[in-house]
Amino acid sequence: MTLLEIHEPGETPLPHAGEGSLAVGIDLGTTNSVVAIAREGKPAALHDETGKAMVPSVVAYPSSGGVLVGDEARLLMPQEPRNVVASVKRLMGRGAADLHTVAGVLPYEIEPGSGETDMVKLRIAGKARSPVEISAEILKALRKRAEEALDKHVERAVITVPAYFDDAARTATRDAARVAGFEVLRLVNEPTAAALAYGLDKGSEGLYAVYDLGGGTFDFSLLRLEKGVFQVLATGGDTALGGDDFDRAIAERMLAERKKDGLDDQVDEAAVKAALALARHMKEQLSDRDQTSGRLELLAVPSFHALTRAEFEAMIADYVKRTLGIARNVLADANMTAAEVQGVVLVGGSTRVPLVRIEVARMIGKPPLTDIDPDEVVALGAALQAEALTGGGDTLLLDVTPLSLGLETMGGIVEKVVPRNTPIPVQLAQDFTTYQDGQTAMAIHVVQGEREMVADCRSLARFELLGIPPMTAGAARIRVSFAVDADGLLTVSAEERTTGVQQRIEVKPSYGLSHEDMADMLYDSLENAEADMTARLLTEARVEARRSLLALDAALAKDGALLDAAERAALDQGRARLESAIAGEDRDEINAAAEALETLSKPFAERRMDRGIREALAGKSVNELESRVGE
Amino acid sequence: MNHFARLGLPAALDLEPAALDRAYFALQRQWHPDRFVAKPPEERAKASTEAAALNDAYRTLKDPLSRAVYFAELKGVELPADGKTIDDPELLMEAMEAREELHEAGSAEAVHALAAKAREDMKNSLARLGSLFLRDDKPAIRKALLRLRYLDKFAEEARARRMNLERSSA
Repeated sequence: MTLLEIHEPGETPLPHAGEGSLAVGIDLGTTNSVVAIAREGKPAALHDETGKAMVPSVVAYPSSGGVLVGDEARLLMPQEPRNVVASVKRLMGRGAADLHTVAGVLPYEIEPGSGETDMVKLRIAGKARSPVEISAEILKALRKRAEEALDKHVERAVITVPAYFDDAARTATRDAARVAGFEVLRLVNEPTAAALAYGLDKGSEGLYAVYDLGGGTFDFSLLRLEKGVFQVLATGGDTALGGDDFDRAIAERMLAERKKDGLDDQVDEAAVKAALALARHMKEQLSDRDQTSGRLELLAVPSFHALTRAEFEAMIADYVKRTLGIARNVLADANMTAAEVQGVVLVGGSTRVPLVRIEVARMIGKPPLTDIDPDEVVALGAALQAEALTGGGDTLLLDVTPLSLGLETMGGIVEKVVPRNTPIPVQLAQDFTTYQDGQTAMAIHVVQGEREMVADCRSLARFELLGIPPMTAGAARIRVSFAVDADGLLTVSAEERTTGVQQRIEVKPSYGLSHEDMADMLYDSLENAEADMTARLLTEARVEARRSLLALDAALAKDGALLDAAERAALDQGRARLESAIAGEDRDEINAAAEALETLSKPFAERRMDRGIREALAGKSVNELESRVGE
Repeated sequence: MNHFARLGLPAALDLEPAALDRAYFALQRQWHPDRFVAKPPEERAKASTEAAALNDAYRTLKDPLSRAVYFAELKGVELPADGKTIDDPELLMEAMEAREELHEAGSAEAVHALAAKAREDMKNSLARLGSLFLRDDKPAIRKALLRLRYLDKFAEEARARRMNLERSSA
């Protein structure tokens, strides 16, 4: 049986498309974007006339008309703040339900999409614009830069996305590229692209790590390089963690110093912004010197602040330690030790902080690779992949799913179908069955995340499989298939196998999962694994016990006459004990009561069997049923 | 096609990891969707299906325990679906005692020691599996695999607990 459906709308290339045109690599960043091209294995970022490779990811719709991108757009910020959009990447693929996390920090009016499936729109200069349209403007500007620099048409691109981007955000990114006139060759994960840039450059072999610390996010990935094969083994991260935390620590210290000196500041948004800007500057200075100082002026009252590198390092030590903890977990996921890592690639501006470099070097036991500009390395890797995809290069990139995908089963438990770090593309199926006699419908609820309970995971989509023929509980075989393609996009379908009732649903997530959420979910799961396990086992015991009760009741209703009064009384007593155990919180008691009831009902079951009754009660046939899905 | 055949390897309990990687990489070079970017949709669909099947095969055979379970199923040993209650009273007792021990372990080191013990136990049990298969002792294979599955879960649980302990002491 194949259930594979590849969802690549509009991707069919025209015959001969791309001949004479070039394929570029694009790092579409939250703060800055870079476009690069590789020729014969040598990648280079494309610069503007002033020699700058980075294009600020800022789009402006000036009141005078037209569209500005990059530095020009940024210049308009003071005069027309409401017509300038920055950090639009944070909104990619996000629906109204996600808004509470970003609303309030954005100066524009936000319009929820129509229905829960639609992405939000921003009302700018009197027009509603989607994040896809806005991102497309950045991509168009990059395309123009590339075409001017290369003096050729540029129609195809490899675009990078954070490893933790979910289905909706990946789809939105691809859509934006299409709007900008690109054919998307592949979406590649940022850390993987970074590794590509280093690996090909050096012809390295062995186990490599990518440590990516940006302004607000942290990713750690582990890859194996072997004869041109880049195999991602595991990836993980946390996005409440980044260089912004370093700035905040310095800013808080300065504000506290002012207070100590008796300055009674009104700490409003403007004060915090001023302190953060100065903090950032001081942080950057401490990358090349041992001490620095700054002058902070709030409401015309200046104050002076000195900061040594040692003090700064003490302030950020805990953050750095957290990144290393995550790195160790990723290593454990891949069954590897730090000593086996041959090199670690640093990505992201925050890896310029000396303490970060020192601590990473200490953990891995060798100095990190830093010879490629951390701001360009992702685009360079993407360019190499673009060349490999079009020029038939020998590189092969084998990537993985960053988060587990699964289904809700009885009791709100998650049954994982595709575990995290599974190589993609992948197609995995699992059989589920009905919980009740005569059940004709089954709700399929697709979730993403590492936690054991549905409530703690992210809901991606729901659909119903209808028309299951009425059967005894547990007789139906519903096969649910998950397919994740090479871009990391998911399709889910379901089929009743005994009768062939089929329903194929292309899962389009109801709303996007933010990069932050994803990493948080992963981080959460590690912290809560223990409590989760207990909750899961308790719920499982209850579900199992209730099912035995259902089965017993059905049997009693049908063949109760097989029992004499004393036997019936004993069974009823055992039944009551199990019911009260289910109501309690003690898993062991539930299991014990269920086992006792099973023993009690054994003679009954045997008599029913003897009478040639087909459906055996309790016993094996019930116990061996596979996981079940709720109605 | 079974997973061994798909990778062109003989069906066996023991597999040289390097040989598995070699076979997998060579076939992915041939079938990975990246190789079919400019091909017609039917060819791309076929490649995607092949690559997905290869990934499934690789993933199943790479981990010694999941390989052993798969191999056992090929040999006709029936195992309950993952995550089911344990039906072996002896193992149930062992599991309950180990769980208690884990809860009582108060330090990251103590938990680490328990996890290490479980891993060591797994390694030894896996090594003993071969002889059970030679004797084609299905009940014994089933029993051993169920215990291995339990040990694997236990080690994973211990890892989560250790991280919690490390975090709260940090």
